[in-house]
Amino acid sequence: MAFYQDMGKWKDHTACIDSKGNSLTYEELEKEAEILGNTIGERTLVFSYCENAIGSILGYVSFLKHRVVPVLLAADLEKELRESLLRLYQPSYLYVPNRMKKEFELCESVWEKFDYCLLRTKYSKKVEMYSELALLLTTSGSTGSPKLVRQSYQNIQSNAAAIAEYLELNAMERPITTLPMNYTYGLSIINSHFFVGAKLLITENTLLEREFWDFFRREKATSFGGVPYTYEILKKLKFFEMDLPSLKTMTQAGGKLSPELHLEYAEYAEKHQKHFVIMYGQTEATARMAYLPWEKAITKYGSMGIAIPGGKLWLKTPEGHKIDQPEVVGELVYEGENVTLGYAECREDLVQGDLRQGRLETGDMAKMDQDGYFYIVGRKKRFLKIFGNRVNLDETERIVKQKYPELDCACAGVDDKLYLFMTERMYEKEIKTLLSEKLGLHPSAFHIVWIKEIPKNNAGKILYKKLEKYYGGL
Amino acid sequence: MTNLEKYRKAFIDALEIEEEKVEIEELAYQDIPQWDSVGHMGLIAELEDTFDIMMDTDDIIDFNSYKAGKEIMKKYGVVIGE
Repeated sequence: MAFYQDMGKWKDHTACIDSKGNSLTYEELEKEAEILGNTIGERTLVFSYCENAIGSILGYVSFLKHRVVPVLLAADLEKELRESLLRLYQPSYLYVPNRMKKEFELCESVWEKFDYCLLRTKYSKKVEMYSELALLLTTSGSTGSPKLVRQSYQNIQSNAAAIAEYLELNAMERPITTLPMNYTYGLSIINSHFFVGAKLLITENTLLEREFWDFFRREKATSFGGVPYTYEILKKLKFFEMDLPSLKTMTQAGGKLSPELHLEYAEYAEKHQKHFVIMYGQTEATARMAYLPWEKAITKYGSMGIAIPGGKLWLKTPEGHKIDQPEVVGELVYEGENVTLGYAECREDLVQGDLRQGRLETGDMAKMDQDGYFYIVGRKKRFLKIFGNRVNLDETERIVKQKYPELDCACAGVDDKLYLFMTERMYEKEIKTLLSEKLGLHPSAFHIVWIKEIPKNNAGKILYKKLEKYYGGL
Repeated sequence: MTNLEKYRKAFIDALEIEEEKVEIEELAYQDIPQWDSVGHMGLIAELEDTFDIMMDTDDIIDFNSYKAGKEIMKKYGVVIGE
């Protein structure tokens, strides 16, 4: 039985608690989820505006249990993008924090509790959906794209089980939220801990707020996850000197941590009897595909590890052959039950079945050492990870060109730093603001560089390689 | 430049604020999209460079508004003034 169908078995153990002290036991969570699910009473599409809050988690559990399909979106998603998604997918219900209710005045509220409400929309046409479709996620925390990843019930169950196994999770765990729940990594922490009956510490506070650390210490958090940028912030906060006796495990995903920082955290962990676990994944694989066992954190630093239990990783030549020798670079391919069904770009796509059949070409270029550990060395596709979010460079270019058709520009860069090359000194501030809004990222991630000419070949194709000298390349 | 001007400029630069649109004196953490965790680290770095100081963890996490920041700067011998 799937973990979300069988939560009552953990009885009066606390499922989640927030920083104000509100909490739900597993039994209560199951009961409340039942009431919410029965209010909807049919298999349909819901837009869920997520926050790290009890109401938000209750909605998620309830939708899974009742085979209602949620699109998990950030509550603060940019308005224009939110509206275009609404028009495109026409959900029957919206599940929103109460404070946002006034933004949807035309919708009738049919359920309210835990600072959340369920609103019925004007869209009444029945939506055809593939029977195994469980939920829909954007391809990163937030992007300008309406492209959603279709995850199945089996995907969620299988990945939660694998994660619980390799992290050796049990009901005594108390993970604290550091990532949004609409972000696949944040969601996988929720799933894998509900799988073992653990207690989630839920907070909207960031690790740059005193409230976060007070909550952390009061509730004795045992683990947290972070993207590379999280670990940079923690270093600046002199994390290595903090006294956090309850902390047992730190996980890292959402992009490659620099080998230097990897080693630094691994050494800290060893010295303080904690576990530091590097992981690798994508929304397209539900969440996790690989992990570096904590025992190997120091000896194999810089590595993304090995396949998760039940999965298989291998490298592929451009011709499609499997690479058997160590130290040869190829595209990383993953096979496992957590490979998702495929994408949806509109409502009509929701009826589609499993287009991937358990196999995912990751688009990441990697090599394997002689012990079978994998190392990411680059990317096949043109995208960057900015503060843990995937940003498509071609799409970023399109956003700029759509608004300023007369501009000649090109996007390139390295993780956490996106460079926009332009030939004219204009709209600098406007473009930064535009990209920041559309991509939901801090403006400091964007660097504008003026060059005489955008390098192109005879066919007019931009030669991105020639731009690397301006930012050091990969 | 006075310390107050320098302090203000650090906010404007690090948080990419348009002065005419934002009331800087009343600004608090997460009031505007730019003052998120990324902006916060940029702001702290900017202030450390400007005043040649090194802030402690407690002060970085207590630095949750323009006003609170002024008090914190005093600890490092930087008097901002009104």
